Amino acid sequence: MRKFDLSRWFIPVFGGLAFVYLLVPIAYIFVFSFNDAGRTNLSWRGFTLSNWQNPCGAPQVCEAFVNSLQVGVIATVVATVLGTLLAFGLERYRFRFSGTANILVFLPLATPEVVLGASLLSQFLNLGVELGMTTTIISHIMFCMSFVVVTIRARIASLDPKLEEAAADLYASGPMTFWKVTFPLLVPGIVAAALLSFAMSFDDFIVANFNSGPFTTFPQFIYVAATRGIPAEANVIGSGMFLAAIALVLGAQLWRYWRGKRVSAVG
Amino acid sequence: MTNTVNAADTGGATGAGAPAGGADLRLESITKRFGDYLAVDDLDLRVPAGRFFALLGPSGCGKTTTLRMIAGLEHPTRGRILIGDEDVTATRAHQRNVNTVFQNYALFPHLSILENVAFGLRRRRVADAEARAREALALVELDHLSARRPAQLSGGQQQRVALARAVVNRPHVLLLDEPLGALDMKLRRQMQTELKTIQHEVGLTFIHVTHDQEEAMTMADTVAVMNAGRIEQIGPPEELYDLPRTAFVANFLGKSNLFTAQVSGSTGDWLELGFGPHLTRLPAARAVQSNGQVIAGIRPEKIVAVRPGEPGPGEHGWTKVSGGRVLSTSYTGVSTEYTVDVPGAGEFEVFSQNLRSEVFAEGAEVDLWWDERNVFGLPGDSDTEAGVEEV
Ligand SMILES: Nc1ncnc2c1ncn2[C@@H]1O[C@H](COP(=O)(O)OP(=O)(O)OP(=O)(O)O)[C@@H](O)[C@H]1O
Ligand SMILES: [Mg+2]
Repeated sequence: MRKFDLSRWFIPVFGGLAFVYLLVPIAYIFVFSFNDAGRTNLSWRGFTLSNWQNPCGAPQVCEAFVNSLQVGVIATVVATVLGTLLAFGLERYRFRFSGTANILVFLPLATPEVVLGASLLSQFLNLGVELGMTTTIISHIMFCMSFVVVTIRARIASLDPKLEEAAADLYASGPMTFWKVTFPLLVPGIVAAALLSFAMSFDDFIVANFNSGPFTTFPQFIYVAATRGIPAEANVIGSGMFLAAIALVLGAQLWRYWRGKRVSAVG
Repeated sequence: MTNTVNAADTGGATGAGAPAGGADLRLESITKRFGDYLAVDDLDLRVPAGRFFALLGPSGCGKTTTLRMIAGLEHPTRGRILIGDEDVTATRAHQRNVNTVFQNYALFPHLSILENVAFGLRRRRVADAEARAREALALVELDHLSARRPAQLSGGQQQRVALARAVVNRPHVLLLDEPLGALDMKLRRQMQTELKTIQHEVGLTFIHVTHDQEEAMTMADTVAVMNAGRIEQIGPPEELYDLPRTAFVANFLGKSNLFTAQVSGSTGDWLELGFGPHLTRLPAARAVQSNGQVIAGIRPEKIVAVRPGEPGPGEHGWTKVSGGRVLSTSYTGVSTEYTVDVPGAGEFEVFSQNLRSEVFAEGAEVDLWWDERNVFGLPGDSDTEAGVEEV
């Protein structure tokens, strides 16, 4: 009799189940983006392409979406640039209170978002800053930056210092060494940090809810809409973002594959 | 500070067509401290242009630190560094016309092999950087791999890229920090020959750091033996081996029998020595100290063991030490290595080439003979165990 081989079916079956578990909600959103929904998009009423043909059909859905995109892009760019510089400062230079500074950058990551949101709100109110897009962006930059600093510091720490010495030995001045060696080696880390920053900003509801005032982000829009019934156009936008993310990942994979092929073909 | 006299600029001139070649390197009382720790201690060194110079010493003696100071990656606490006639002590690494082959190669992982090699040329805006980089890769026989990344090469290939990346700049001084350390024995021997050939072809001043004495002796024209931050002795390999001036060099380069002796007199150019009940002589010129108690030395392969009473290999100028007893015998094929106990004088290592088939067994009685021209004399207060390799 054949021996019962556990690993033969265990990994595929449970791996498959895990995938189903992860993907069902997304599949649900995707399928319901084709629902001929009336006021609410909770039960299936028939197939239609009209949501996809006119994703901005529902009132304010696109406005909120564009708002979130803007906030996400600006917060990501600023947080990535500042965070990278900060990471360099903290990793490469020893100064008074550098130990304290190290702990302080972690704080925004460790603080519960409600607390963060509420304290930012009281700060803005005390300073008399009008709530809106600007305050939303400022809040997002704050928590994204902590995240960027932590990720990029780890990358800098893992860089082989011999490489920078080798560059200096090969006639590269300080700035040249940075641009030709250090920075290119950090780019993958910086890109990863930026993508995750964008995701965190786009995803944020709590902090924005405290600090956005009349300005509405996409998560806020969905949250409010949920009480009345989420329009199918929101599903379209959600599905679209999911597809765009997949396209991005596939594109990156293909590019790496293509580059690898080219190198081995020539080499 | 202006840049007009820095080393990189003069290097640029070399690149523009002046005859390539090394320059003299001088270190004048170089000292390096790390906190309280004295890593390099008042070091003086002069390496003439075009030399293949080896810096040999045990782990932690300050070899890498010395190289890093020459490269400009570390600054001396005290002293001056001169390349050619130029004082480069205050300049920084990228301003010096010196290149390093690092111990673990330090190739840039994000650049192709070709771009790794062209890196230095591009920084100095040499016009035909790519063509020259290809030439350098051809020199190390890797031109067919120029499009690969460092991670796609074997250790030996990476080592050669590191060499090409440094040599292509035709620096005044090329520094090699144990470049063969990571390679297996066979590849190591092969690369030693290649390095030597390349040095011959490009005519640069090579400073090769190693703790492998065989590597230093076979490759270099001049060897400096370094110990605890100081240079013990400098000279051609044959000279260092034949006439060590310190107990450390005598033990670190090959093996030596070192024994305490009294200078009992001198005749002409010779010093007479007594050790225990025995007598020997050595040329006065081969003794660091010529009176009182000295440490005398003789290499194991310079001693001939014969049966008691049998005639030795020579008469005049030979010392005979009788009454020895073989403590251990180790047959290696080419030679047999004995440890012989000589009453009143201690133990002697004797390496005997297997010319005849006779091998002395343990416990056998032997007489030892040696040519007195091979004896060397060291200061009486030397530590006879200094530099002995602990295995
Ligand atoms: N940056 C540093 N800070 C403190 N001590 C150091 C530093 N660099 C080297 N040292 C010390 O200086 C001494 C000499 O180090 P060095 O690296 O020059 O030795 P080495 O001769 O190259 O040895 P090895 O053969 O093991 O490479 C060592 O004891 C080392 O611990
Ligand atoms: Mg070293």
